[in-house]
Amino acid sequence: MSESFSESAELPRTPVYALVGNPNCGKSTLFNALTGLRQKVGNYPGVTVEKKVGTTYSQHGRPINVIDLPGTYSLAARSPDEAIVRDVLLGRRADTAQPDRIVCIVDATNLERNLYLVHQVLDLGRPAILVLNMMDLAAVAGLNLRVARLEHELGIPVIPCEAANGKGILELRLAMSRTDLPLSRHRWDIPGPIAPAVSELQASLIENDGRQALIARAEALLLLTDQDAVRVAGSRPLGDQTSAILTNWKRRWDGEGVDWSGILVNSRYEAIARLCADVVLRAARVGPALSDRIDGVVVHPLWGWLVLGGILTVLFLSIFTLAEYPMNWIDGQVAGLGAWVKGAMAPGDLRDLFTDGAIAGVGGVLVFLPQILILFFFLGLLESTGYMARAAFIMDRLMSRVGLNGKSFIPLLGSYACAIPGIMATRTIEDPKDRLVTILVAPLMSCSARLPVYLLMIAALLPDDRVTVGAKVGLMLLMYALGTLGAFGFAWLFKNYLLKGEPPLMIMELPSYRLPRMKDVLFHMLERAGLFLRRAGTIILGISILLWFLTTYPKSSAAVTPQAQITHSLAGAAGRVLEPVIKPLGFDWRIGIGLITSFAAREVFVSSMGVVFGVEDAGGKSPTPLRTALRQARWPGGAPLFTPLVCLTLMIYYVFAMQCMSTVAVVKRETNSWRWPLFQIAYMTGTAWLVCLVVYQAGRAFGF
Amino acid sequence: MASTLKLSQLPVGTRATVRGFPGQGPAFLRLREMGVLPGISITLVRAAPLGDPLEIQVRGYNLTLRKSEAEHVLVEPADDQ
Repeated sequence: MSESFSESAELPRTPVYALVGNPNCGKSTLFNALTGLRQKVGNYPGVTVEKKVGTTYSQHGRPINVIDLPGTYSLAARSPDEAIVRDVLLGRRADTAQPDRIVCIVDATNLERNLYLVHQVLDLGRPAILVLNMMDLAAVAGLNLRVARLEHELGIPVIPCEAANGKGILELRLAMSRTDLPLSRHRWDIPGPIAPAVSELQASLIENDGRQALIARAEALLLLTDQDAVRVAGSRPLGDQTSAILTNWKRRWDGEGVDWSGILVNSRYEAIARLCADVVLRAARVGPALSDRIDGVVVHPLWGWLVLGGILTVLFLSIFTLAEYPMNWIDGQVAGLGAWVKGAMAPGDLRDLFTDGAIAGVGGVLVFLPQILILFFFLGLLESTGYMARAAFIMDRLMSRVGLNGKSFIPLLGSYACAIPGIMATRTIEDPKDRLVTILVAPLMSCSARLPVYLLMIAALLPDDRVTVGAKVGLMLLMYALGTLGAFGFAWLFKNYLLKGEPPLMIMELPSYRLPRMKDVLFHMLERAGLFLRRAGTIILGISILLWFLTTYPKSSAAVTPQAQITHSLAGAAGRVLEPVIKPLGFDWRIGIGLITSFAAREVFVSSMGVVFGVEDAGGKSPTPLRTALRQARWPGGAPLFTPLVCLTLMIYYVFAMQCMSTVAVVKRETNSWRWPLFQIAYMTGTAWLVCLVVYQAGRAFGF
Repeated sequence: MASTLKLSQLPVGTRATVRGFPGQGPAFLRLREMGVLPGISITLVRAAPLGDPLEIQVRGYNLTLRKSEAEHVLVEPADDQ
C-alpha cells in the first residue's frame, strides 16, 4: 500500500503511536510505564473526552509521541469516548493527527474478546504492534499462549508483557523504535452478502470523502455496524453521497431480512476463534478462579450489602474525619497569608482586593483539595481492584427505577461529601445523557458544606438546650432525606422528559479482581486534583473577586463597622432588591445578603450572618452569640425575623438551591458550556423557592 | 433438538448454548460485539442481589446484562449437567 512505512528508513517527523485496547486491559498502566511523567492531559476540543498524550523515547533516544485513546470494546461507537477512538484512528479529527502506528494492548487472560477490537484495528492497514498484557495472570489461569505462532499468523510484532511489573516494556520500546514495522498479514474475507456494499461504500469514501484505500475499506466496514450514530463535535461528517449509499443498502437489507450487522460480527469472531484455537492452549480446568470465590461473598444477596455498606462507611468516615485536618490547616494557612499581606501592604482597596478577594478566593479553591484527593484515592482503589463494577452491578436495580444505571451510583454517593468530586467522577458513565442527568442532580445530595448552615438554623430553631439530641438529629436526617428524594425525583423527571434517550444498558464486564497498583492510584488521584485546580480554579477565583467587589463597593463614608459597610454595599442593595422576591418565604433583605454572598459556598452564609448582625467571631466554634443575635433580629414592625418556621424554610432553601460557585465551575467544565450550569442554577434555585413558598405559607396558614 | 428457553428463565449455574438473538437494537449489537453470538456456550453465573441484572460467563469472562435484554435471548440448556 502506498501509505506503508515498511520501506521508509526514517519517519520525517516525530512518529505518533496510538494506544488502543479494551477497558481493564492495563492500558493506563502501560501508558504510565512508557511515558512516566511526560504526559499532558486535556480534552478533545468540543467534547468532554479526555485526551492523554505523552512522550516516550526510542532505543536511540529519539522522541516518540503516544496518544492514549479511551478504552473501548469496539470501533462501532456507542459513547463519546468510543467515538473519539474511532474518529482519531480514521483520521476524522482536525485537532488530532492520524496516528502513524498503533499499539494494540490486550488482556492475555481473555484473548478472544480482546482480539475483536484488534481485528477491527488491523483493518485500518497501519503498522501495528500487539501487546499481550497480564501474561502472569494468564499462566495462573492455566492458559498457555503460543506467542510465536500468533506473531506468525498476524504478521506483526507480538510482545508478551506484564505492565504492572514492568516486564516487557523494554521489548515494546524496542519494537516501537523499529523503522521497518511491518503491516499486518491481515487477510480477511469480507462475508459475501455484504461485500458489494463494502466495495461501493469504499469507492465512495475514496472519491467523495478523500480517504486512502485501506482506511476507506475499514471505514466502510465500520459504517455497517456503527451507523455513524454517535457524532461528536470536532469530527468531520460523512459526505452526502456516502450517506445515501449507506441508507440505500440498509433499506434493501431490512427489506430482504439480511442481518447485516450480525453477519459482520459473526465472521470476525469466527476468524478470531480459528486464530485462538491455534494459539491458546488450555491446561485442565483449575477449579473456580479466586475471583469467582470472592464474588460469592461480594455480590451475595446478604453479604454483598454488608460489604458495600462497610466500604461506604470507611469511605465517608475518611472523607469527613481525615479531610477535616488538612482543610483546617489550609484555612489557617490562607488566613495567615491574608494577615501577613494585610500587615505588609499599605491599607487601601488594593490590599483588600488581595486579601479579601484573591487570597480568600484561592483559599476557597484549595480547601476542596483534601476531599477531592481522598475521594479519588478511594475511587481509584475501587476501580483498580474491580470492585467498582460490582457496586454498579448491585445498585443497578435501584438506579433503574429512575431511568439511570448502576454506574451513576458512586458519583451520586460521593456527592454527599462534596458535589465537585462527585461530578468529576461521572466520567465513568458512558451514556452521555445518563452522565448529564447524574451531573444535574448530584448537587442535590446534601454535601458537607450545608452542615454549618443546618447546624446554625437548628440551633436558632430549637433555642432551648433542653431539646433532645433526637430532635436535632431528626431534623438533620430530614434535610438529607429531602435532598436525596429531590435528586432521584429530578433524575426521573429529566430522564423521562428532558433528556429522553435509549433505556440505559447494563452490558458491563465484571473484570477479575486484581491487587491495586498504588502508583497508578496515586497518579490518578493527583491528576484529578490537578485538573480541578486548572479547570475550576480560575472561575472560582473570578467569582470570589466579584463577590468581594459586591460587598465592598460603594464605600460607605460613615462605615466604621463591617456591619455598616455590608449593608451599604452593592450586596446590601441587592438584598433589598431581592426582598420582595424572598419575603413570601419569610426572608428579609438581610437574609438576602446571606443568600447572595453564600453563592461563593454555602457555609459562607454563617459568616455573612455574623457580619450582617454585627457579631464578632461568628465563625468560631460556638454558635451561641450568633444564635442569640438571630433570635433578637426583628422585622421593622417588631415581629421576630427568625421564627422556627423561617429557620426551617431557610434550611429547606439550602437543601435545594444551587449555592455553590465551585460546583457551577466544575459543571461548566464537565459539560463544556454555560448552558447546563445555568439550567442547573435555574431549576435548583427555582425548586428551592417554590418548596420554601409552600412550606412557609402553609406553615403560616397553620399558625406557626 | 432440545427445547429452548429465554436466558432470563435459565436457572442460576446452568450452562447453555445461545440459539436465538434479535438482529436489531444497540443492546444486541453490543452483546454480539462482546462475544455473545448464536452457537456460543454461556453460563448464567448469578443474578444481582435485587434480582436484576444478570451475570453470565462467556468466552472465559464475566458479563452483566439486564433481564429486559436477556428476555430476548433464546438459549438451549446443555444436556450433560
